[in-house]
Amino acid sequence: MIDLSVDFGFIKLKNPVLAASGTFGYGIEFSPFIDLNKLGGFVVKGLYYSPRPGNPPQRLVETPSGLINAIGLQGIGVKKFAEDILPQLRKYQTAIIVNVCGETEEEYAKVVDFLNKEDGISLYEINISCPNVKEGGCCPAQNPESTYSVVHLVKEVSARPVITKLSPNVTDIVEIALSAQEAGSDAVSLVNTFLAMAIDVEERRPKLANILGGLSGPAIKPLALRMVYQVVKHLNIPVIGIGGIMTGQDALEFLIAGAKAVQVGTANFVDPEATVKIIQDIQRHCQFNNITKIEDIIGTLNE
Amino acid sequence: MLKDPHALITHKEHWKDYYLFTLESPIIASQAEPGQFIMVRVSSLSCPLLRRPFSIHSVEGKNIEIFFQKSGIGTSLLSNKITGDFMDIIGPLGKGFSWSQHSKTQDIVLIGGGRGIAPLYFLSQKLHSAGTTPIIFYGGKTKDDIPLKEKFEQKGFTIYCSTDDGSFGFRGLITDCFKDQLKNLTPKQIFACGPEPMMKAISQVAVKRGIPAEFSLESVMGCGFGACWGCVKKIKTKAGSEWVKICEEGPVFSSFEIVWEEQEK
Repeated sequence: MIDLSVDFGFIKLKNPVLAASGTFGYGIEFSPFIDLNKLGGFVVKGLYYSPRPGNPPQRLVETPSGLINAIGLQGIGVKKFAEDILPQLRKYQTAIIVNVCGETEEEYAKVVDFLNKEDGISLYEINISCPNVKEGGCCPAQNPESTYSVVHLVKEVSARPVITKLSPNVTDIVEIALSAQEAGSDAVSLVNTFLAMAIDVEERRPKLANILGGLSGPAIKPLALRMVYQVVKHLNIPVIGIGGIMTGQDALEFLIAGAKAVQVGTANFVDPEATVKIIQDIQRHCQFNNITKIEDIIGTLNE
Repeated sequence: MLKDPHALITHKEHWKDYYLFTLESPIIASQAEPGQFIMVRVSSLSCPLLRRPFSIHSVEGKNIEIFFQKSGIGTSLLSNKITGDFMDIIGPLGKGFSWSQHSKTQDIVLIGGGRGIAPLYFLSQKLHSAGTTPIIFYGGKTKDDIPLKEKFEQKGFTIYCSTDDGSFGFRGLITDCFKDQLKNLTPKQIFACGPEPMMKAISQVAVKRGIPAEFSLESVMGCGFGACWGCVKKIKTKAGSEWVKICEEGPVFSSFEIVWEEQEK
């Protein structure tokens, strides 16, 4: 029997595979395809305090091995989430992580304060890195001071451990990650999407109505892996690797680089069973290589 | 709704750039309703990455059909598949036409533009077996763009065709062909699918004349089952209007729900 569990100190996950925010709806969309109990956990779509309309279409563009999105964090808001969705999620024996958004620091705190009163949530993931919120891709994750400030405020309010999700659209991701750690973040997850665009040559127009969007999918995996590798070296809190993971091999690369867990994103659209298949792939790899504990693989890169 | 990674291609036909695949997928076939769609993985590699949405064109026993036009990388790769290949599909998805409440209504009109004819054949099958014979309007750019004309004729349906270049039938848009026939017809219900300007024009006629109309919308889709929020259309709701997921709440909406774009970009 292979022990796939990973211990974060503040939470133990049954395996290191989570579904990433924005690619897994509110979780229940995937229940026709997979047994959600098999996952290490899943991160629900980013929640602002109030419902948000999102961006006009076109919201998606496919690029080679990638997907650019500009959904604009359309969502139902915390109240509807607590009333309609959370009761359906409580029956699952897996970590339910809520991705917390805010247009201001106060809104992040307001979302967390509201959700603190609700049962059935394991962790918060602070989304300081969605590039679509304001034109130009401005977000707190692009600056160490504003990262510190948001994380610090959320930590003061939060009744639960906090993961900070980092943006790759920065000069030095290690500096931002250190800021999050210093502000008291219990873990970091990286990376969110890369700011990107695509142009319709015939029309000479941007393909996305929002002009800019975030690139995800296998195209970004090597970049994401490099950033996880760099951050792991400098942090003493757990790191969750995200970026273009499609297979067990991809997930293992992040674990070997030192990520304590991974999040699977765009792959969920292509194959709604992707998370479960990745867990099976990891298990097979362990079996084949006589590894009894997945934690024995983490951070074992031979340099 | 389920994922069927082994939908067997049992038959393939094509006319120039238009393809018809018959897929053996018993459970999806048993659940499918006209206007619903499937998501097809065109390649097991990561490029092209996303599945492609296709309306269910017909259901016969344990088989479903899809009808598509080769228009990009995804559909080109798909068109290369051959009889005996397996396809990885998810379906049936979305909400279809409200056909069952009209099964006793005569003078139902189906209007398809180009590849938009795809879901209307399945709808005509259902209506026909429920005892009503719809009237078909089918338009394309040239006579090569209306390859399914005979398929409808063989069913004994009255069919009006139009081509932009006049190479077959009415010269001009199918919308104008339909308007022209309104002097002879009194439709009680319209179901349509095609390019957005066509559907918008038909919607305007329908609203003006008080004819209920439903439209199957097309969109780029990320997942097809409501998780990505990528395929939205402005839809009138109690609260005013909002961006609604085409894959989940649609792809079929009524003329009273859809907020058509003011002008073509």
